[in-house]
Amino acid sequence: MRQSISLLVFLFAVWLLLSGYFEALLLILGLVSCTFVVWIAKRQDVVDHEGHPVNLRPIRWILYSVWLIGEIVKSNIDVAKRVWNPRLPISPTLVKVPADFDELQQVIYANSITLTPGTVSIDLTDNTITVHALTREGATTLEKGEMARRVRSVRRAQ
Amino acid sequence: MQLLIDILSWITILGGSFFVITGGVGILRLPDFFTRLHAVSMSDTLGIGLIVLGLVLQAGFTQTSAKLIMIFLFMLFTGPAATHALAKAALHGKLKPLASQKMDQEESSP
Repeated sequence: MRQSISLLVFLFAVWLLLSGYFEALLLILGLVSCTFVVWIAKRQDVVDHEGHPVNLRPIRWILYSVWLIGEIVKSNIDVAKRVWNPRLPISPTLVKVPADFDELQQVIYANSITLTPGTVSIDLTDNTITVHALTREGATTLEKGEMARRVRSVRRAQ
Repeated sequence: MQLLIDILSWITILGGSFFVITGGVGILRLPDFFTRLHAVSMSDTLGIGLIVLGLVLQAGFTQTSAKLIMIFLFMLFTGPAATHALAKAALHGKLKPLASQKMDQEESSP
């Protein structure tokens, strides 16, 4: 139920943002269609902890996003330098990093790894993510596990 | 004030374009499939991000900005998914990353 209500509020907010209409009739029509979508989602059984996570911690989540953007900017500059360097100083490395979280955190973790230039997560099997790193330094930074620690913090303990 | 915003948005849009071009150059210069994936994530994140930031500065605090930011967020979600799908397909097709080939060589010739 919590998830359905949260989904409805979220859908309606997006509807308002994209339509920009504030007339009573259109607002009601929008609300009706959002409710209809929630009903369909409920019937399809896709409203669950995975499809619409309500137990993320919002403040930690924002802190994590800000930190991730900082990391992305840093590694972007680093990779750009290497690409333009005539000697092309890269050292492709494969590493396995542990990811013993729940499913949502694993997705967040793997996506964050891929979003950061210089590291791409290429496989996820039994709580281990195989990462292809452009440089050995990138691989070592990841293995230190700061990102994993931060990913762990965005979700309430079950 | 308008001048300042114009200058800032010029800087960010040009910066974004630079990263998109760098991504393209990276695809050409890097040696194998897996290293080329790294170049794509460059234009996907900072390239798109800076261009959207520049456009948001031009649009101001309007609905257009909100839509632009949503485009950016969708890119952030779809980019890694596409990259991951490509990498996984390549692994399934038995394409060996340069890195693991090097590792094999080191193991066979101590």
